[in-house]
Amino acid sequence: MTTMTAGLPPAGNAQLRTVDPAAAVARTRPRTTGAETISQTLIMAWRALKKMRRNPEQFFDVTLQPLLFTAMFAYIFGGAISGNVHSYLPLLIPGIVAQTVLTTCMSTGVQLREDMEKGVFDRFKALPMARIAPLAGPMVADLVRYLIAAGLTFVMGVIIGYRPGGGVLGVLGAIVLAIFTGWALAWIFTFIGTIAKSARSVQGISFLFLFPLTFLSNAFVPVTTLPGWLQGFVKINPVSHLVSATRALADHGVVTGEAGWTLLACLAVIAVFAPLSVRSYRRRM
Amino acid sequence: MTDITAVDAVGLVKAFGRLRAVDGIDLQVQQGEIFGVLGPNGAGKTTALQMLATLLPIDAGQARIFGVDVAREPHRVRQLIGVTGQFASVDEDLTATENLWMFGRLQGLRSADARAAARRLLAQFDLEEAADKPIAQFSGGMRRRLDLAASLITRPPLIFLDEPTTGLDPRTRGQMWDTIRGLVAEGCTVLLTTQYLDEADQLAGRIAVIDRGRKVAEGTPDELKASVGNSTLQVQLAEGADQELAVQVVRKIAGAEPVLTPESGRMNVPLDTADRAADVLIGFRQAGVAITSVNVDKPTLDEVFFAITGRGAIAGAGDGDDPHPAGTGTSEADAGHETVLEVQ
Repeated sequence: MTTMTAGLPPAGNAQLRTVDPAAAVARTRPRTTGAETISQTLIMAWRALKKMRRNPEQFFDVTLQPLLFTAMFAYIFGGAISGNVHSYLPLLIPGIVAQTVLTTCMSTGVQLREDMEKGVFDRFKALPMARIAPLAGPMVADLVRYLIAAGLTFVMGVIIGYRPGGGVLGVLGAIVLAIFTGWALAWIFTFIGTIAKSARSVQGISFLFLFPLTFLSNAFVPVTTLPGWLQGFVKINPVSHLVSATRALADHGVVTGEAGWTLLACLAVIAVFAPLSVRSYRRRM
Repeated sequence: MTDITAVDAVGLVKAFGRLRAVDGIDLQVQQGEIFGVLGPNGAGKTTALQMLATLLPIDAGQARIFGVDVAREPHRVRQLIGVTGQFASVDEDLTATENLWMFGRLQGLRSADARAAARRLLAQFDLEEAADKPIAQFSGGMRRRLDLAASLITRPPLIFLDEPTTGLDPRTRGQMWDTIRGLVAEGCTVLLTTQYLDEADQLAGRIAVIDRGRKVAEGTPDELKASVGNSTLQVQLAEGADQELAVQVVRKIAGAEPVLTPESGRMNVPLDTADRAADVLIGFRQAGVAITSVNVDKPTLDEVFFAITGRGAIAGAGDGDDPHPAGTGTSEADAGHETVLEVQ
């Protein structure tokens, strides 16, 4: 074939015989190091941030939900639960923070599932890279989303009259705790993302977890108003601990034992679901 | 040690449920050669390649890449190979430069080195103008080139190419061939799968023919084609013509066994040169065998297949072949039939 090869010269007539297999074999390393894993995770986070910037509609849920839910819940339930909107806010705002952070971490799983179906994941699998990096990278990028969700909820609360008694430091503490909790719980949804058949089914399964966790908690109502059997579940629900800890921080500026329980629950979730996710991701290939 | 075998696979097996997609394949690829794995869709080519590239677990058998065991040390193997699949595995949301930079960084290059590698590859693959465009705007040929470029960032000594030119126009295909030859000139070893005998012929030094998960033949392109002749005379006999007589004429004049195709009254005659076609046709006229159409062509993969396995290669392709030959005189489709052209 006498094809014109303008513009696509043979790969390397400048450096003939530059590839030396024996040297390449000698250079190989048996596994990724910790430093490589961290650097690869950060590169995957860079990729996820690029994607977020190019698809700004991904931010709809983390911007609209806190604004809408805060206003809606405050004006609808305020009078019924606390007598008036203003006195309901210290109870409600930390609850909404917990709820929005949880719904945000659900989309981590959905997006991972969508992402894994793309061709580029075939290349990630063929590369000598840490198997946790494609999972952990997007989760690092998602910290931005949790920050927006938690921050906007407080801003919206302040606009409609919430005056956090814990001051700036208390609110910041509450935001950091909520972000960490969101990040830890996201491993559950990442795991669901690696086992589910489609992005749609990830959403379905996730809602099954999410609704009982957020609504069967002390996020929106005082626990004492609930029937006794329900109180039992609400008290062991980790979301209740997060909400109580957030309230103590934002409303009173104190770190309580609830914060400790929340952290402990988070660590337990990571310890269980991070290895499960990596294993299931590895098996899928 | 400069002559460790690039790919050394023995008895590879991959089963999906009850289907044995790869059913005991041996492959030996020497350093610096282009090795072609030829076969129709669903023959198990891609599955075999994915096992060698650590993308699928090996169910049975053993594979070594430059002496490194694929099942036991996949991480090492991944540092020795570049893989380009049938579908472009680059990130649609990133630009060409960002893609190459990211893959370079993921393989341990420093940011500046990754950027330099990206620039070098984009120039080499004629993608400079598209460097900062999102991949979504790329043509099929550009995607393929970027995909191949992404496999070459760390200059791996072994490149797997899964049907590198399927779906490309002839000009782009020719460019891709030149690029692949260039890789070998650099010292790379290439293992490629293809459906096109033509492509295997142009590129590969040796070819393995795969069918239904088994290797049915192996040899140089010349050896492979010799089994079906360099040229093929396709004849459609007129209705009522004496098929037996036609077969005898062919045997006498061409000194070859005609291959009866599934359509009744149709036969392919392997020829050493196209010139011999006239002799056969004259023989038909003298013997009184009536024909309705004649065609002389290069042998196709389908014919190589037909000759080797005794049945049509690409089911459903071409003119709707029945998988089982209608005529008599052809060897029955027997699955275990193996024609090894070269014993390694």
